[in-house]
Amino acid sequence: MNFDLTEERQMLQDSLRRFLRDKYDTATRNKILESNTGFSADIWNGLAELGVIGALFTEDQGGFGGAGFDIAVVFEELGRAGVVEPFLDTAVLGGGLIAELGNDDQKAHVEEIIGGALQLAFAHGEPTSRYDMNRVSTTAKADGDNVVLNGRKAVVVNAENADMLVVSARESGDVADEDGISLFLVPADAKGITLQGYALLAGGRAAEITLDDVTVPASARLGDAGKAYPAIEARIAAANVAICAETLGAMETACRLTRDYLMTRKQFGKPIGTFQALAHRMSDLLIEMEQARSAVIVAAGHLEHPHKARESHVSAAKNLLGRAGRLVAEDSIQMHGGIAMTQEYELAHIAKRIIMADHRFGDTDHHLERYIAIAAA
Amino acid sequence: MDLSYSDEEKAFRAEVRAFLEEKLPKEMSDKIRKGEELGKAGQEEWHAILNAQGWLAPNWPKKFGGAEWNAVQRHIFEEEAAAHYAPRIVPFGLSMLAPVLQKFGSQEQNDYWLPRILSGEDWWCQGYSEPGAGSDLASLKTEAVLNEEGTHYIVNGQKTWTTLGQHANMIFCLVRTDKTVKQQEGISFLLIDMDTPGVEVRPIILLDGTHEVNEVWFTDCKVPVENLVGEENKGWTYAKYLLTHERTNIAGVGFSQAGLTAVKRIARAEMSGGKPLMENPHFAARVARVEIDLMAMSTTNLRIVSKAAAGAAPGVESSMLKVKGTIIRQEINDLARRAAGAYAMPFASEAIEGSNLALPDPLNAGPVAAQYFNNRKLSIFGGSNEIQRQIIAKTTMGGGA
Repeated sequence: MNFDLTEERQMLQDSLRRFLRDKYDTATRNKILESNTGFSADIWNGLAELGVIGALFTEDQGGFGGAGFDIAVVFEELGRAGVVEPFLDTAVLGGGLIAELGNDDQKAHVEEIIGGALQLAFAHGEPTSRYDMNRVSTTAKADGDNVVLNGRKAVVVNAENADMLVVSARESGDVADEDGISLFLVPADAKGITLQGYALLAGGRAAEITLDDVTVPASARLGDAGKAYPAIEARIAAANVAICAETLGAMETACRLTRDYLMTRKQFGKPIGTFQALAHRMSDLLIEMEQARSAVIVAAGHLEHPHKARESHVSAAKNLLGRAGRLVAEDSIQMHGGIAMTQEYELAHIAKRIIMADHRFGDTDHHLERYIAIAAA
Repeated sequence: MDLSYSDEEKAFRAEVRAFLEEKLPKEMSDKIRKGEELGKAGQEEWHAILNAQGWLAPNWPKKFGGAEWNAVQRHIFEEEAAAHYAPRIVPFGLSMLAPVLQKFGSQEQNDYWLPRILSGEDWWCQGYSEPGAGSDLASLKTEAVLNEEGTHYIVNGQKTWTTLGQHANMIFCLVRTDKTVKQQEGISFLLIDMDTPGVEVRPIILLDGTHEVNEVWFTDCKVPVENLVGEENKGWTYAKYLLTHERTNIAGVGFSQAGLTAVKRIARAEMSGGKPLMENPHFAARVARVEIDLMAMSTTNLRIVSKAAAGAAPGVESSMLKVKGTIIRQEINDLARRAAGAYAMPFASEAIEGSNLALPDPLNAGPVAAQYFNNRKLSIFGGSNEIQRQIIAKTTMGGGA
């Protein structure tokens, strides 16, 4: 057993933490939150230069990391600083699916992604799919050498900034069959695509996407027809490890701010952290932080394991982080009082990141149900 | 023991329902149902509708123009109003300042200010909290010094978390008039015109993007001595009176009932595993648990309300209702955002004007996540839940609060 980071990952963590501490303060981030694009090109390019995107791909894929622990290191730091730039969507999801399933031509995009030149969005969820990964009603119909896509995709994060969309569509089978789902790499400006964009509560932007007879060549398909589900499930597992690590980093910040506040804010003539009612709650948060850190480590460490072990540990982590995250976010706000309710105070954004992470790729309850189902299978 | 309402109470409920169905504008209730803000004009419109009916001031004695309802009637009205998505009346003038004036104010003050509250001519806000005086309200520092002529107080200091202060033209404040005595004994209750030179209102934007609270700054503001309520340095007594007598709706039963209805509506629209989320046993169990808590809490509320109707002043029970009531309301807000799934993610705050028009909302869920964050305030304001628990503990174990 060894719980230390490798030298490379330690260096990555140090340089990323330093970069974000110097360049991503609350005022900078609040400006990014109010911007029309929802992200900063400077920050994006700076982090790409630092190698942050490369760390999310394996050496075979052209990167220098790509394992669960690499993802966890990167996203914990992004979470600590409340970063809203679309690393999850462009690199872990879109880029990861291209690297996993793509042919040589398609894989050529990975280099552009790592360099920060190409942005992606994963258009998978639909208005009635909630968190079911297998429920795809968008259709893909062959038409000679082309494929025609029709359907609607819901809350597609980073869709407006994306150069290309990775779109899931059904080529055969019933609406909830795992078999029959394909992925297509579609230029964002393809004819028949309509975006309705909006800002997200926790930062960044998303869009509703309508696909109306979007025609792409069959060569736009990623991997074999109808066989994309295992790769989708695996990349969403990686995304959930990233989300859990990001949440952990954000929880660290919430706890640091709360502890500092309890030691400096005075009421009734003494620091409020000396009141036992608050001191004990702070202790509970710190206990849950250790639980959360362990759950992230276990999930990251099982990302390369066989299906059942991987999915079980990912669902366990998402459930635990959902519970611990809610406790940390709510109690941090409560112990601060009114100040934490204000937009300009750092905790407001951090708390939103923590809570809204529960709404991507399955919430606390969904993953508890899934954990039970996997164990019973 | 009889758990049913009396015939008179049932008739009263029917009368309230008929009124709401006839007089509550549909566009107004639609806005409330969707979690949208009413704005100043909307608030004033509802205020005027209630005033025309004579129901604007349910807690005031008839001699002041109130409806003089008992606690059960008020409870019935609040329950029906929430169920019909009626706007909440801005309480600062009507149910916070007015009872203090009626009990401690002069005849002249009552004659002048009360009709203006009913007519809506004055919009009041509350100047209690300060940056350094939150839970420890008695440590407030905003200072009022009598000028040499004895005609005016000169006020300097800062108030904060002033709800809807941007709409108000008047503010009632707790100010320090004696620094040499025990904190609680040097506080006075002062009425200040917001147009007085030296008053400045600065907005505070909340974490859901809304502007509902403000900072109010006072720099050498001249306030006529006639605006002192009651006696100098007795303000703490008046403030405590205000707190103990204006807690009828502290449990927020009506809000919780309406919120639970909304959760079920969203969970019937949201699909999970090919079925409505409401049919998911895990989610249904969560909803049922809070429904059971709410059933018990609303009965606790009624038990206390009945006692109050018989004339007993609510004591430690109001603190209990505040704690339990806010826990339940916040749990319902949590369920609503959970139910909406990925559609909780859009920034559906009314802070962005007209934003809802452009937002996708196949569930018709409204800004559930924004409301979840906004209502974290419930357990913080009006005496935080920690302060309420302290009151309960001191009262039951420490020989009186």
